[in-house]
Amino acid sequence: MDQYTLNLLVVGATFALYIGIAIWARAGSTAEFYAAGQGVPPVMNGMATAADWMSAASFISMAGIIALAPAGGYTQSSFLMGWTGGYVLLALLLAPYLRKFGKFTVPEFVGDRFYSNGARVVAVICLIVISVTYVIGQMRGVGVTFARFLEVSTDTGLYIGAAIVFAYAVFGGMKGITYTQVAQYCVLIVAYTIPAIFISLQITGNFLPQLGLLGGYAPTGGDVAFLAKLDQVVTELGFTQYTSHTTSTLNMVFFTMSLMIGTAGLPHVIIRFFTVPKVSDARWSAGWALVFIALLYTVAPAVGSMARLNISTTFWPNAVEGNALDGEALSLEQINTNPELAWINTWKNTGLLNFEDKNGDGFIQYYNENNAGMQAIAAERGWTGNELTKIDNDMMVLANPEIAKLPGWVIALVAAGGLAAALSTAAGLLLAISSAISHDLIKGSINPNISEKGELLAARISMGFAILLATWLGLNPPGFAAQVVALAFGLAAATIFPVLMMGIFSKRVNKEGAIAGMLVGLIATAIYIFLFLGWFFIPGTAMLANTPDNWLFGISPASFGTVGAMLNFGTAYIVSGLTKAPPREVQDLVESIRVPKGAGAATGH
Amino acid sequence: MAEEPQNNNAYWAANVRIILISLTIWASVSFGFGIILRPALMGISVGGADLGFWFAQQGSILTFLGLIFFYAWRMNKLDAEHGVEE
Repeated sequence: MDQYTLNLLVVGATFALYIGIAIWARAGSTAEFYAAGQGVPPVMNGMATAADWMSAASFISMAGIIALAPAGGYTQSSFLMGWTGGYVLLALLLAPYLRKFGKFTVPEFVGDRFYSNGARVVAVICLIVISVTYVIGQMRGVGVTFARFLEVSTDTGLYIGAAIVFAYAVFGGMKGITYTQVAQYCVLIVAYTIPAIFISLQITGNFLPQLGLLGGYAPTGGDVAFLAKLDQVVTELGFTQYTSHTTSTLNMVFFTMSLMIGTAGLPHVIIRFFTVPKVSDARWSAGWALVFIALLYTVAPAVGSMARLNISTTFWPNAVEGNALDGEALSLEQINTNPELAWINTWKNTGLLNFEDKNGDGFIQYYNENNAGMQAIAAERGWTGNELTKIDNDMMVLANPEIAKLPGWVIALVAAGGLAAALSTAAGLLLAISSAISHDLIKGSINPNISEKGELLAARISMGFAILLATWLGLNPPGFAAQVVALAFGLAAATIFPVLMMGIFSKRVNKEGAIAGMLVGLIATAIYIFLFLGWFFIPGTAMLANTPDNWLFGISPASFGTVGAMLNFGTAYIVSGLTKAPPREVQDLVESIRVPKGAGAATGH
Repeated sequence: MAEEPQNNNAYWAANVRIILISLTIWASVSFGFGIILRPALMGISVGGADLGFWFAQQGSILTFLGLIFFYAWRMNKLDAEHGVEE
């Protein structure tokens, strides 16, 4: 059976599974549609949260983002600490209390706690901006993964993906999404781990990639540490040392903090904790979510760095035993004739990898052409530039099964895993958007007397529209899709996280304080990002060059969420101090959410 | 039920104390050992790199896991001690 048929079979089987689950888990009430009827066991919710959280970017790109970073792999540790540390904040500061509050959406808490429809609407706006920007990337991810493995156009892939999400999200709501996400987690983690184990065995002799990262370099007997070998090879080729700290410490701290509080403030993650039966389950569930996330996040840096060393030594065969530059580079003849190296041409055809024999010597020299020392060596040896002209971040995960000579079904599984990661995150985001529209806007503001049946229908229609909008944005992505992710995290950090935390931990912060705080956080963060990346991301409207010299205290736009959060907290406390304390019943509400007793089922009103 | 508010206040104070201790550890392993204090820990090597690198790429994630499970376990105990469990 050829690879294409195999991919089609495995991906088709997983899709049949998702649709089967959707038929089984059809939502019959708004409680089931918004919060899966609060009946999801904590371990399962942990799995669903992990699938919800880990997007196509985590699955396909993260290993490469870390391993191929020009500033070195260590500096990218911010992603690892930031995207996991946020769960500590969720478990300790938000999830148990929001579960006790027992409503369906994040804006609903903001509206009730700050006794103001205005506050609720500001929260809805923040939620929609955050979730819509996020969902664009997911829909692209679905299209791209389809295109890569099933030989359809990106647009066709997007339509198929949207149809699948439609099938289980519109009918199943949170209930359908939750159980599908559990299945999707299983698919994606198996797909990620199998090739990782093989590359770890190959490069370090360790079965566990996590230990492999700290292990010895197997091809020379394991006496040299793997990381030391990697540092030696990349520096010899003129790249930044892998383990060294080369960026501003302050910016790294602020960036890590932005990712942590941004993670804790993402609405589609928070609403997952509304689905468990009890307050104590919300605490355990955050722990299980992190277990399942850590399974991938501790493997990613190992896989990425091993793949990078593997590619470096492939192009410099002498680097395995000694110094790369003491021997010849990989020859074109080898690439075209050696069956072991067939993957190089395969991946060149997909555009993720590219090479060009610039000086026509029949060898492909891979080095950092911007490094002064390497330029001298190149001039001496007659090289005319780096000839491995492209290694895409996504290569580090997608090409691994082929490089490690794994059977075809593993490659098919990686395709299904990438799709599972993208679909599960898209579905979670779409639910957050549709519940904000049907529950917070329609039921909360426009028509409070809507019946249960009417609201359920409104929820399904909003979901349908959200999918159409996401599909349209996926087909016509704004050119700034990459920058927008900074905005999503920055806004979640500067608006949602502080307002929720103050709502729980302070009885004194009132509606004036909360609204002023959210607006200051929102506007300050948005303006700082727009100053460097263009007003509303329109090219050419940036007022300052996006370089560390221009940044305020060296804080990059992506790290500014931390500052936005500080401004939000500060403003809220000052304004609250100057205006009158919240009414008695609101203070009682705060008292009641702090104590687990009497949580019961969530209510829609 | 006159003592209920007092009991709830004591429960909340104990909870906040546990949170503060946990967050101190949370910040020490990530921002501390992983970033700011890394130069000071350079001398301690862990499998080909230094302790700070290990904390930044693996150690802090493992500590976070331990922290959440510790908190869930400790709070279950605290809920029972104060009679506020569900």
